[in-house]
Amino acid sequence: MSMSVLAVDDSRTMRDMLRLTLADAGIEPHLAEDGQHGLEVLDGLEPDAIITDINMPRMDGFEFIDAVRAKSEYNQIPILVLTTESGDQLKMRARKSGATGWIVKPFDPKKLVSALHRVVG
Amino acid sequence: MSDPMAEIRASFFVECEELLEALQDGLQAMEGGESDPETVNIVFRAVHSIKGGAGAFGLDRLVAFAHVFETALDEVRAGRLEADAANLSVFFRGGDILSDLVRTSRDSTNLPESETDPVLKELEALVGDVGGEADVEEVADFEPMALDFSFDDDDAAGDADPGLPSLPPLDGLDETEENEGTGGTVTVHFRPHMGLYESGNDPVPLFRSLSELGTLSAECRWESLPTLSEYEGKVAFLSWTLHLETDADDEAIREVFEFAEGRCDFEISRGEVNPSTTALDLPPLEASAPSEPASGADLTDVAPEGMLSAAPDIAPPTIEPASAPNAPAVEEADAAKPAAPPSPAAKSAPPAATASATVRVDLERIDRLVNLVGELVINQAMLSQSVGQSELPSNSPVHTGLDEFMQLTRDIQESVMMIRAQPVKSLFQRMSRIVREGSAAVGKEVRLVTTGEATEIDKTVIERLADPLTHMVRNAVDHGLESNDDREAAGKPREGRINLSAAHRSGRVVIDVSDDGGGINREKVLAKAIEKGLVPADQDLSDGEIDNLLFMPGFSTADEISNLSGRGVGMDVVRNAITALGGRISIQSAPGAGTTFSISLPLTLAVLDGMVVQSAGETLVVPLSAIAETLTLTENDIRALGPQTTVVQVRDNFVPLIDLATELGYSDPRESYVGAIVLLIAFEDGSRSALAIDAIEDQRQVVIKGLEESYGHIPGVAAATILGDGQIALILDPADLILNASGRSRRLPNLQAAG
Repeated sequence: MSMSVLAVDDSRTMRDMLRLTLADAGIEPHLAEDGQHGLEVLDGLEPDAIITDINMPRMDGFEFIDAVRAKSEYNQIPILVLTTESGDQLKMRARKSGATGWIVKPFDPKKLVSALHRVVG
Repeated sequence: MSDPMAEIRASFFVECEELLEALQDGLQAMEGGESDPETVNIVFRAVHSIKGGAGAFGLDRLVAFAHVFETALDEVRAGRLEADAANLSVFFRGGDILSDLVRTSRDSTNLPESETDPVLKELEALVGDVGGEADVEEVADFEPMALDFSFDDDDAAGDADPGLPSLPPLDGLDETEENEGTGGTVTVHFRPHMGLYESGNDPVPLFRSLSELGTLSAECRWESLPTLSEYEGKVAFLSWTLHLETDADDEAIREVFEFAEGRCDFEISRGEVNPSTTALDLPPLEASAPSEPASGADLTDVAPEGMLSAAPDIAPPTIEPASAPNAPAVEEADAAKPAAPPSPAAKSAPPAATASATVRVDLERIDRLVNLVGELVINQAMLSQSVGQSELPSNSPVHTGLDEFMQLTRDIQESVMMIRAQPVKSLFQRMSRIVREGSAAVGKEVRLVTTGEATEIDKTVIERLADPLTHMVRNAVDHGLESNDDREAAGKPREGRINLSAAHRSGRVVIDVSDDGGGINREKVLAKAIEKGLVPADQDLSDGEIDNLLFMPGFSTADEISNLSGRGVGMDVVRNAITALGGRISIQSAPGAGTTFSISLPLTLAVLDGMVVQSAGETLVVPLSAIAETLTLTENDIRALGPQTTVVQVRDNFVPLIDLATELGYSDPRESYVGAIVLLIAFEDGSRSALAIDAIEDQRQVVIKGLEESYGHIPGVAAATILGDGQIALILDPADLILNASGRSRRLPNLQAAG
């Protein structure tokens, strides 16, 4: 059974790249354009992992992670934060929200896939 | 279209345009006093997203500029920098340069540093003002990692079998073989905290990743596991001792545990250990035991499986993705395009309320649809005509059905035309930059006010409107508005005002460019026109006629040509461009109060308002926009200037008479033109010609069918159309026709009637 991943990013370009990267690695991509949309897409979906941007309209990445963790069926799903910033402060906040790990943008597809494999059992 | 990266790149630049628009909107809102933090956030996010995408494509200059810009905006966001007029002005210019960089990056051209540097320095200065906190240094350090979609591993490329993907597990094998005997054994003590599990981390994939660095053996320690009765679900009891035979350094090992950092006790020690004593020597845990995700049973498999078959989880290194869209002409812009059909829940997820749901469609497909609808319109007209000619009673169901069909056809036509329509907003936004740069160049304070930005016109019309509109706006800044001092002296606000508005009016779009300047100096215009010999010195002209002199070729009122409006391009060029779009331009001016240029444009280029005429038994269509008036000739109107040249007197002027049938080779010139109908064709230079025809049939909209693709350019013919009765009619290009007129009835300069 192949892996499936929900990727949330408000940039269409970034979504296109994530789609391509994931599909190339044989991972089934599901995409959403902000946190709110991410929750809607997630409903009924059982992805193996979630990748999310932080700075997004409507619902940002932190709120999105909080909302996902608040659902009992998703409180152990690996969530990787995809950010441009690599500051420790941001990592701390992401960590506090219950993020599993982080990837720095622009991402290297190889590293993104290997990070996914590091968190998906 | 087959290269997915090229497609994403193209779509990135489309997204950039949208982001630049959002950036402009946001800055304008801030300028207007909007203080909602979300507005600043939107502006920040726009620049941020451009930077993110640009980084992925290795567009270093764009990244570097966006980074400085974003840093400055972040200061505003954090409340450390005020968005006052001066700073906003820097941000506006930052937006201009950003958009230049986006375009030059897209076209792979180069933007000179002399363009970017001044603004870059100003932005850096803004950041610098705030204090040492924001590091400008970072700009130099910021090295985006270009996205590499090949999964080839550079390090292993040399010795890897070219037939095999050089995936991490193979590296691992290579290294253990190569470094046999020298590779050390690393012992890792790993005790996850509950936080590790709570954050979605799982030891098993960590171990699997670790096993890719070498040969791993794991030992689970469950000594602290209490009996079932004492068991507590919210405590992490298990720990592991991991032995890894590898020559990877600690750094590589730490990287594997990167996400677990702070969520576990973790210790790396190096030393010789006999792996056989520990390898896979793990007693299985009972299934009923802890709820911890990593059960011992799973763990048993970790080492060997990780070593030998972690690879299958990763797809072969192929550039062609499984889901590469082969014909991506119509693509859902928002929804995912998964390899497998999405679950119903995902599919039915309603589109974001704020983000407008859009579909990207290849323009060619729309044009094909427009064409088909054109055919449908013609077909419906033919059907109506034949039903009308039939003997059916007017209350028959056929008639009522046909009426509905007609209504539907019209609705479909309108809807399809609107697909090609775009709001004029992007066009207007470009004008705000023109005003900004123009007012700076001539040292005037100017405010641009736009209204009706949501008004939609055909995409092609918008594209072709950019140049004439730019010219008009520049003119308004340069010539229309007085200097600030003059304005104050005249009791007006110091700041000049230019209004740019768009609106739908009776099936057309009207765009007005108006200024509150001094109005047209008619004395000066007339003097200039007389000096240039455009009008006779003694001619009596009305105000409106004088204003229209501005449209004459080569006319320029500026005594000194400023570097803003430039030279050579006059309002005549603007008018030509507008007319070429089937539009009209007019001018109103009031002394002391300002000048307004009005452009009236068709909603679409696919249909045309035409006059259906007869000439020598042929049916032809003349664009209505070219016809100034129609006349029926009497004997007194006609003067022969020679054996082959006839002119028609229209009020005080003589205009050359051209026989359409002769020009098109349908018949010889007539003996007499008394009683003939002529269309007075107006040219851009103000001259006119009379085109003789036999009869006017109808005035109607016709669907334009291009001919050039099949026949090349035919002098005097613009296109063709199919009329309601199925008849094909040529659509004339009167200007071209008369320009190419034969010697028998050549266009003559306007002659003043004697007396």
